[in-house]
Amino acid sequence: MLLREVEYARPASVQEALRLLGANDGARALAGGQTLINVMKARAASPDVLVDLADIGELRGIELGSDGTLELGAMTTYTDIVDSAEARARPILAEVCNQIADVQVRNRGTIGGNVCSNDPTNHLPPLLVAIGATMTIVGPGGERSVSAEDFFLGVYMTAAGPGELLMKISVPPGKGDGFASVPIGKDGTCIVNVAASMVGSGVRLAIGCVDSVPVLLKPESTEDDAVRSAVQNANLDPPWDVHASADYRRHLAETLALRAVAQAAGRN
Amino acid sequence: MEAVSRKTITVDINGERYEREIEARRLLIHFIRDDLGLTGSHIGCDTGNCGACSVLVDGTLVKSCMMLGVQADGAKIETVEGLASEGELNGLQQAFSDHHALQCGYCTPGMLMSATALLRENKSPSEDEIRKSIQGNICRCTGYVNIVEAIKAAAQ
Repeated sequence: MLLREVEYARPASVQEALRLLGANDGARALAGGQTLINVMKARAASPDVLVDLADIGELRGIELGSDGTLELGAMTTYTDIVDSAEARARPILAEVCNQIADVQVRNRGTIGGNVCSNDPTNHLPPLLVAIGATMTIVGPGGERSVSAEDFFLGVYMTAAGPGELLMKISVPPGKGDGFASVPIGKDGTCIVNVAASMVGSGVRLAIGCVDSVPVLLKPESTEDDAVRSAVQNANLDPPWDVHASADYRRHLAETLALRAVAQAAGRN
Repeated sequence: MEAVSRKTITVDINGERYEREIEARRLLIHFIRDDLGLTGSHIGCDTGNCGACSVLVDGTLVKSCMMLGVQADGAKIETVEGLASEGELNGLQQAFSDHHALQCGYCTPGMLMSATALLRENKSPSEDEIRKSIQGNICRCTGYVNIVEAIKAAAQ
């Protein structure tokens, strides 16, 4: 497919990338390109300038702090996470990354691209909301931190605005996590996905694919009845399409919430 | 540094060095097929689903329709043309032939590159590992059973 004409730059530093992004309103950051290049083919996105982040070393890599906090650079690929010894500190990360699409996409797709594209069917937005991740955003005015639950603003919209970059994602220590989904074919696009994470004796649930952003719920306990009523009381109004009716998505949200919570509680 | 709409890039493909000026919007698969005439890698869906365009870039399996040519500047690329040497099929290609692992053959270049990537990392993959490794490659003749058999045989 012939793309619309576009300019390209591959800066070596965050400062240079920010300058390029700020110099043109039509500039967009290019991470792994596994979403952006395809939407450019469809003309659903038509950036004037692509700022390729591939050469910026400080955006890549996984560090495990002495307090157990994992810091994942925005340009870290799914394959990097699946293969990382450090990332095993929070096993759910590699487990979920290993069910995104296929080998080729996992080799180039990045954690930062996944959350910044914020497609409502993506795997990582609900997961990062449930496990209480924090995003570090850098812009012309400096750095700021935003919790995952405040990061996702709407379909394809996040707190990282024009001229800004997501630098890294920080994940607190923990192991009582679960993830359940019904995808279109194995490892395909999710019809509904649910992430769960234990916090003390309580649980945080984040449901994906049913709204423009992950729906965060905090059931009173991990008991089935408490989880069911939390999902029911959320009055979900999911979209319908050829894959599932709105009713079926509501049904899946409840069932998958039970599965994700059971997995999380079993590992706590 | 300024953004540019054209750039001269240098790549090494199957051991041969190529230097060309290309537009920034040019997909890597078009650069490989149309500019360099290496038509072994195929374009099936052009939406990132089918995997017929799979190549190895610096040893990493990618779909070359989801990467720009300019992104590959300086890279070492391996395509299906690099598998055989001196007219002799390599072990994996021979196993595909022996096990009738192709019908129309359109997906074969991508299947071979995905299997190449798998067997470099994993000398004796299980059937599940083989199936997961070709998940990004669609065979619309649905001849997966023989493809899996061929990769299994090549691993032995």
